[in-house]
Amino acid sequence: MTAITTTGVSVARRGPLLSPGLTRLLVIFLLFAIWQVGAGLWGDPLFLCTPVQALRALPHILSDPKVDNAIVVTIYELVTAFVVSVAFGLCIGLAVGLNGFTKQSIMPVILMMYATPQAIILPLFVLIFGIGPAAKIAFGISHGVFPVIVTTVAGVQNLRPQLLRAAHSMGASRWQVFTTVIFPHMIPSFFTGMRLAMTAVLIGVLLAELYVSTAGIGFYSRLYAESFSPPDLFALITVLAVIAVTLNELCRMAERHFSRWNIG
Amino acid sequence: MSKSKLPQRLVQLGVLVLILFSWWYFTLPGGINQLLLPAPAPVFRDFWVLLTTSSIWPDLLVTVREWVSAVVLASLLGCSIGYLVSRTAYSVRVFDPLFAGIYSIPAILLYPLYLLFFGLGEGSKIALGTTIAFFPVVLNTIAGLANVDKAYIRAAHSMGANDLQLFWTVMVPAAFPVVLTGLRLGCIIGFLVILGGETISSLAGLGHRIVSLAENMESSQMFANILFAVLMAFIINGTVSYVEARGRRSAQ
Repeated sequence: MTAITTTGVSVARRGPLLSPGLTRLLVIFLLFAIWQVGAGLWGDPLFLCTPVQALRALPHILSDPKVDNAIVVTIYELVTAFVVSVAFGLCIGLAVGLNGFTKQSIMPVILMMYATPQAIILPLFVLIFGIGPAAKIAFGISHGVFPVIVTTVAGVQNLRPQLLRAAHSMGASRWQVFTTVIFPHMIPSFFTGMRLAMTAVLIGVLLAELYVSTAGIGFYSRLYAESFSPPDLFALITVLAVIAVTLNELCRMAERHFSRWNIG
Repeated sequence: MSKSKLPQRLVQLGVLVLILFSWWYFTLPGGINQLLLPAPAPVFRDFWVLLTTSSIWPDLLVTVREWVSAVVLASLLGCSIGYLVSRTAYSVRVFDPLFAGIYSIPAILLYPLYLLFFGLGEGSKIALGTTIAFFPVVLNTIAGLANVDKAYIRAAHSMGANDLQLFWTVMVPAAFPVVLTGLRLGCIIGFLVILGGETISSLAGLGHRIVSLAENMESSQMFANILFAVLMAFIINGTVSYVEARGRRSAQ
């Protein structure tokens, strides 16, 4: 239907001048340009700032030790919640998924809990865990553990029973079976779960921080919004976006690293 | 699958009974503080009051209005932008990774900003819900429309279909199931995030109700409201999944 970029055909079909990646960069640049011009001309400085102003505010907020501390607190909460979610989710997922009976009986209960909107029990987490990092970590875990369980169970499901039997009959221990048969096989879905968990943990931790907190990025973004200083707010959002993208990319790199055996 | 499902059902029932029993047991006098976890009896009593009186209607109406507005906006935007992007393979390759990349950034980050722009009322929740529900819809619309089997399109062209006919009789039915999945995800995520937005700061709505009850230490009423919201989420989930399954079947 459309352009084929092989050089031989492109003469006849007139392929696009730019590669898709380059055009994508141009689109992003164009959006920022529109924002810059629009905000500069019509934006109310109390509510909106230009991207250049936000960039200028970046060193300003990063040089504030309290903000640096907040970023460290948020990263600490994110990483703790993520690690605990993955560990718990993996254990529960394996315990539930490796046995047909438990899978059919417990899985609907887990899916039901997954479908519960956790946001409304946020006040409960604050009541129980207080307004410190503990509540954020707990709330992040409540978001992150379910995708890991569900994808682990799905991953175990794809396991071919012959492989398990073969490993058992060759005298593999439980741990050996896990590391050499089960784990390599559930890698694709497990890492999908990890990435979903990462996103979910981010949402959970940020929601909890925005709701009530004494430190962390959520606290400062609220503070900046309420004190009408959009450049600081945008700069902080940029920092958070960078953290989110970095964590996502780390998951993706780990996925590529561990699934090499499947490609080769 | 002719095996009896009875044992599994019994285990599920057992889990539920166990949860209820431990809830009752640990909230006996001398157990967990009533402010943290009230006993089941007052919670269910308040829940019954909630169902039989009309006190929750104004808040429920606000939440539902926000949800419906956000879903409608996100569907319209997502489907039309998805359609435009899917017109050429080139624009799919430009925009699909762009949308997927933005989708991986948690949109809840923008909430303080939306509060600034749209105020504490319904506007900020609708904006947040629309932003989050937009991405699954647009990504699935692109995936659905761009991956229609080329043989269908060639066949329709060779039989002399014009663009409009091609769109309505080939593209839409072929892409329908995938688009539906996007709409279902959008509906569910939209509801969750609107509740979240109401919890953080709002003037009315289910989330607002629960937070103000929590802050007034009205635990049993708060739990009754949480129960109500959970029930509502299940109903929305079930309804949307049912509609999706029906639509999928009728498209075949």
